[in-house]
Amino acid sequence: MDFGFLVVQSLSGLASASSLFVIASGLTLVFGVTRIVNFAHGSFYMLGAYMTVTVVPWLLDFDRSPLLFFVGVLVSALVVGALGVVMEVLLLRRLYKVPELFQLLATFGVVLMVQDAVLWIWGPVEIPGPRAPGLRHGVEILGQRFPAYELFLICVGPAVLGLLWLLMHKTRFGILIRAATRDREMVGALGVNQALLFTGTLFLGAFLAGLGGALQIPRVSANSQMDLSIITEAFVVTVIGGMGSVPGAFLAAVLIGQLNAFGVLIFPKITLVLVFLLMAVVLVVKPWGLLGRPEAAAGRAALPEGILATPRFGMWEKVILGVVLAATLAVPLFGDAYTVKVATEVLIFALAAFSLNFLVGNGGIVSFGHAAYFGLGAYAAGLLVTRGGFAMEPALIAAPIAGAAFAALFGFFVVRLTGIYLAMLTLAFAQIAYAVCFQWVEVTGGDNGVVGVWPSGWARSREVFHYLVAACCILGIAALRHVIYAPFGATLRAARDSEQRADAIGVNVRMHRWLAFTLAGAAAGLAGGLYAFSKGSIDPTLLAIPMSIDFLAMLLLGGMQTVMGAVAGAAAFHTIKDFFMPLTDHWRFFLGASIIALVLIFPRGLSGAYGALRRRA
Amino acid sequence: MADPVLEVSGVTAGYGPAEVLFGVDLTLRRGEVAALMGRNGAGKSTTMKAIMGLLPPRAGQVRFAGQDITGWAPFQIARAGLGYVPEDRRIFTDLTVAENLEVGRRAARGGRAAWTVERLYDIFPNLAEMRGRRAAAMSGGEQQMLTIARTLMGNPEAVLLDEPSEGLAPVIVELMAEAVLRMKAEGLAVLLSEQSLDFAAAVSDRAFVIEKGSIRFAGTMAALEADETIRTTYLTV
Repeated sequence: MDFGFLVVQSLSGLASASSLFVIASGLTLVFGVTRIVNFAHGSFYMLGAYMTVTVVPWLLDFDRSPLLFFVGVLVSALVVGALGVVMEVLLLRRLYKVPELFQLLATFGVVLMVQDAVLWIWGPVEIPGPRAPGLRHGVEILGQRFPAYELFLICVGPAVLGLLWLLMHKTRFGILIRAATRDREMVGALGVNQALLFTGTLFLGAFLAGLGGALQIPRVSANSQMDLSIITEAFVVTVIGGMGSVPGAFLAAVLIGQLNAFGVLIFPKITLVLVFLLMAVVLVVKPWGLLGRPEAAAGRAALPEGILATPRFGMWEKVILGVVLAATLAVPLFGDAYTVKVATEVLIFALAAFSLNFLVGNGGIVSFGHAAYFGLGAYAAGLLVTRGGFAMEPALIAAPIAGAAFAALFGFFVVRLTGIYLAMLTLAFAQIAYAVCFQWVEVTGGDNGVVGVWPSGWARSREVFHYLVAACCILGIAALRHVIYAPFGATLRAARDSEQRADAIGVNVRMHRWLAFTLAGAAAGLAGGLYAFSKGSIDPTLLAIPMSIDFLAMLLLGGMQTVMGAVAGAAAFHTIKDFFMPLTDHWRFFLGASIIALVLIFPRGLSGAYGALRRRA
Repeated sequence: MADPVLEVSGVTAGYGPAEVLFGVDLTLRRGEVAALMGRNGAGKSTTMKAIMGLLPPRAGQVRFAGQDITGWAPFQIARAGLGYVPEDRRIFTDLTVAENLEVGRRAARGGRAAWTVERLYDIFPNLAEMRGRRAAAMSGGEQQMLTIARTLMGNPEAVLLDEPSEGLAPVIVELMAEAVLRMKAEGLAVLLSEQSLDFAAAVSDRAFVIEKGSIRFAGTMAALEADETIRTTYLTV
């Protein structure tokens, strides 16, 4: 490795850092002012790329000049900025007062809708972008050739940083944004129309995301997966840099860029683990990121209303429970193969969703990556059976252990944070687990996963397997429910409602949360293990973001305020999804729209409706 | 007697299930200084927040400069000419002194001489010396001056001043009193909330005494000073 090579490697790291910063700066600005973590930021990035691969070739037909290329880039970014305004006016305005979890879910609803819209408009095939005229050559640096466009990108990051600095310090708009980042309400009391300020911020944020996407097209083709991959990276950058801090985002982007550029030389397979280690170290030393600050309590509930009352089952509840249990056990006797399959899956998801509400509703620990433990349980079981030659029984014991082990490892860091930082960190850990399963092809089978995860002989028929799943899941749910009613569960609720007061009466809040996180991980892992056997295969979608969102949507649908709501939510969600998904090509669009509608209209879910009914009766 | 610029009638307000104000009535006349007196938790700050729209009233009416402003957003109320200086100051700590003033800047209405940064630096010379400094690096008294100056930058007709003397050194309290009198001299109406009778008596023309969310006394400052029963029942700790 000679010196020139190291320099070029470092330069290419800077080029990636630059692009990443442009995107992350928009995310962090929007968060600073609106306190909304905008999942759809990745969608704006993707739209920027698609817009550019459409507009720029058309412009270059007139004249292959660098000027027209950059005009096209700028126009695309401006169009995306305008879409940001549309999103702010139509959706975000209604979200400023709702809990963070609902904000995240609603903006993820937008992600789903945009994904389908992009497929509908541009089709499923990747679209390669034109290269930038005038920057297509290579430049000789210390004996190595380096693309001129990358050099240009290296300059873009600092230029955007400088322009943002000027905007933030030398214009009234920027000063108002910075003031609003500290205290929105006071800015309003001084006569500033916050609505306009927020709309302007969204324009700027979406513009930066669009610009980031537009500048990428000479390097990567526009594709419909680029939204989620970039949003995770952007989240990591903003969390490391400190949410709301633009210079922090720059610093973090440079660090990650260099880490990736050199990490790939030393540990080619595990660059993501390095990024994770960096994030873990930063968050342990500086929980609010490199240049971030503790969130000022903005005087609003950060958490959705969780489980408040834990009543014993009344007569009606006992009747309903009896009917549901009987129906569950009767399905294999009366239902056809398809019904049995759906019922088995409902049971599995009920356990997973229940374990998530154990964290969210009971503990106030809003995990955005619960699919990680579900998926790791599935992978543990699946790999033991296929690669390890074990039988189903030990594999099903290993699944919850794997879920618990990883939940304990990740949870160790997660419980050090609260609120939105906690949610971001759980998401980041889930993405790392996803990436490892996706990239470690020799062991995990990569994108294709592993097939042949079959139950032992005695449990191979759908019916017997259903009873096995029913036994595991009902016992699992009953056990978790018992914990909710036990003093341990009450202590978690106390810590959820006031961490300081719980601390003051001698509760070790972190330890309780860590144990809860581990326990929920074990339950999710068991559910994942069962799911692997029910499908007969494992693949990375089991621990991808959409799976985590499905779990959260089940809670949202079922209602987080009641103990059993998650079970009803899982049943309703999975049945509806299984029924409608084959009927439409636009399932994601409808799911996204439904999530948004639930958040806006029906935030207490099915059990909220049931509770209202009971009170009226 | 001057016309009322601010009329509050029957305002109730609270936080969640907790009611704090039970029908507050008070008026502020043009160009006068009135004190809203009461003990901790009596409802002084809540009254100010309800007037400003930060805590929308549940019932009752707030009229300002002849308009019914009940239910308006805070920024609309501020634009109508009502300034607000919160008790916990709430300056923007990341911003410099000059930038804090910029956030408050609004054009003057109705031909009155506008407050400018230069005029405010005249009144508060300390601020002039530290205009480029980050507000986080200021003392409590300096922050209190900044928050008043910031509100004056909006060229209000009337100002709600929430506990201006709270937690300040005696020297600074005197500066605050001077500032209030200066505002009055400029023709501004000021409604200030106060626990200290000394401070209130030094600057106010009239007084309201609030206890458990309703007004128990309304009259001139001299009448309040003369009425020992009211003072001992509602004010002394």
